[in-house]
Amino acid sequence: MWNYSEKVRDHFFNPRNSGVLEDANAIGDVGSIQCGDALRLMLKIDPETETILDARFQTFGCGSAIASSSALTEIIKGKTIQEALKLSNQDIADYLDGLPPEKMHCSVMGREALRAAIAHYRGESWKDEHEEGALVCKCFAVDAALIEDTIRANGLTTVEQVVHYTKAGGGCASCHEAIEEILAKVAKEMCTAPYAETKASPPDNGRLRPAMTQLQRMRRIQETIEAIRPQLQKDRGDIELVEIDGKNIYVDLKGACAGCMMESATLNGIQNKLVEALGEFVRLLPASRIGKVA
Amino acid sequence: MNTAPIYLDNNATTACAPEVVEAMLPFFTSQFGNPSSMHSFGSKVAHAIKEARVRVQELLGAEYDSEIIFTSGGTESDNTAILSALKAMPDRNHIITTAVEHHAILALCDQLEKEGYVVTRLSVDKRGRLDLDEYKAALGPRTAIVSVMWANNETGTLFPVETMAEMAHAVGAQFHTDAVQVVGKIAIDLKKTKIDMLSLSGHKLHAPKGIGVLYLRRGTRFRPLLRGGQQERGRRAGTENTASIVGLGVACALAHEHLAFVKSEVGRLRDRLEAGILAAVPCCFVTGDVSNRVPNTSNIAFEYVEGEAILLMLNQAGIAASSGSACTSGSLEPSHVMRAMGIPYTAAHGTIRFSLSRFTTAAEIERVIAAVPPIIARLRSLSPYWSERGPTTNAFSPAYA
Repeated sequence: MWNYSEKVRDHFFNPRNSGVLEDANAIGDVGSIQCGDALRLMLKIDPETETILDARFQTFGCGSAIASSSALTEIIKGKTIQEALKLSNQDIADYLDGLPPEKMHCSVMGREALRAAIAHYRGESWKDEHEEGALVCKCFAVDAALIEDTIRANGLTTVEQVVHYTKAGGGCASCHEAIEEILAKVAKEMCTAPYAETKASPPDNGRLRPAMTQLQRMRRIQETIEAIRPQLQKDRGDIELVEIDGKNIYVDLKGACAGCMMESATLNGIQNKLVEALGEFVRLLPASRIGKVA
Repeated sequence: MNTAPIYLDNNATTACAPEVVEAMLPFFTSQFGNPSSMHSFGSKVAHAIKEARVRVQELLGAEYDSEIIFTSGGTESDNTAILSALKAMPDRNHIITTAVEHHAILALCDQLEKEGYVVTRLSVDKRGRLDLDEYKAALGPRTAIVSVMWANNETGTLFPVETMAEMAHAVGAQFHTDAVQVVGKIAIDLKKTKIDMLSLSGHKLHAPKGIGVLYLRRGTRFRPLLRGGQQERGRRAGTENTASIVGLGVACALAHEHLAFVKSEVGRLRDRLEAGILAAVPCCFVTGDVSNRVPNTSNIAFEYVEGEAILLMLNQAGIAASSGSACTSGSLEPSHVMRAMGIPYTAAHGTIRFSLSRFTTAAEIERVIAAVPPIIARLRSLSPYWSERGPTTNAFSPAYA
């Protein structure tokens, strides 16, 4: 059971300003039935003073979604749209004496409905910039989408960095496993080559590699990959050579290997074998990256 | 008006039967001995545990009482069964389960998949039924274990586990069933089946929380999860939860006595509840395989309303039920069972599970039938997807989805 404040319960059981506002001149629709919550905010704005004369809502959603909608209409009535636009989702949550971290998105939905309604009034198009994923950190209400975006944007590689950038995992620490999984997922998508190229020192060609023709080199790559296949097939997986483009070798991982969390580890191991067999540094990449790698 | 609380969430947990509590009490006081001890303090307790074991054996129709292993509950039994099969058959790396299992199975399988095991999750149709051809095609020489729930916790839908166990044996795989929603609701006779392992949970059948059983067929290769002392013949180390084991024994004996009552009387009340609600509320339907369910469970999807809001209002009316809504779990997706059945989003967020027990009364059911329709109507009146004329999903399509 959620630990809802008395105020949330009151606004859920006795919602203020619910229903259709017939003479509304600003309407903001956000959410969807797929997401499990949706809100239509209807405002009557005085064109002279730009004051919100009346506000009503219709909401499909949980207790806190209905309570947040009700609170929103109470807060903004009588305000000018300039004042109303300064409203943050935290203001809505504060008005309700707080919301559980899992439910903060309900207050976000309220603020966005307000912005959508004002955009509608002004004849502007409104675009939602808000994306959310499963809640990871319950202490600071940080969801998977925000963590993933932050990891991507900043090239984060450790849980500690994620804590510093997003606060996620900085409280009770019980979500660290989930954060590690997001890090692994992003690492896998962003980079399959285990070494940064600048750091890779090419092997001593003269000593390690007898001069190979392109054909010999291609055969060597094929043989190396063939030798690995039985091992993968034993685990219900497989690998297929797709393309050789200079130092980039593209393969298709199939069956149990595809999408497996071990995929990057598998590629990594095979890449090492190829480097050994060829005596030069090569990168092993999934075929999906063809044309996308410099 | 009678406002005493009505408890219709018995698939989540049940009240301890008074006889169970009474039987347990001495084991907190005078009967405190360790059953492994070589003195009278211990031997009396050991005797009580033996008696409890026989009662569980009788309810399950197991051939031997030594096939009963006491654990901490359904989750431990589920984890033990799957991990044991994988360890006992290291040359096999494949697990078959279903998309609608309890999290005790699914979360474990997700983890095992990350560790390199291959997991097949059988799909269900819109009534929640499995396709045995899909199952047959998935079975192979590398399949170590098949784990399929006997009845689904959300819809009560029964799976043909007896047939599936025979099919698993044909490829040399072990068969486990999570039967926590079935034991005490329908008659079980394990000795007549090929089921190797079965999980049961005490608190689903009027015994306390924190006690459960793993049934392990004699001769099934087994590797313990917990190693230590020789309790449970070395298959589950740790000093016995004596009071709870005794309580579970009494609960199993009572469940055995009430099997016919649950089938006829509880089933009748469930059907009455369903018919009453469906007659009074527009745009709602029963989910799951209606003709093949445990008798105590009804799962009703109310379209265009959200489940948590329904539960809050039911709670205010003194009625306890549960929902497959995303909001009740803190996740963003509605229940995996509803999604696996392909229940449309317009309804999946508004699914409510009513689960009865042998203590549910006809008067309570009538109160629920009277309380539900105005709650649904009230929430629909707040919803942008509903007008006085009915659903308006086409008229409302926000900027983002």
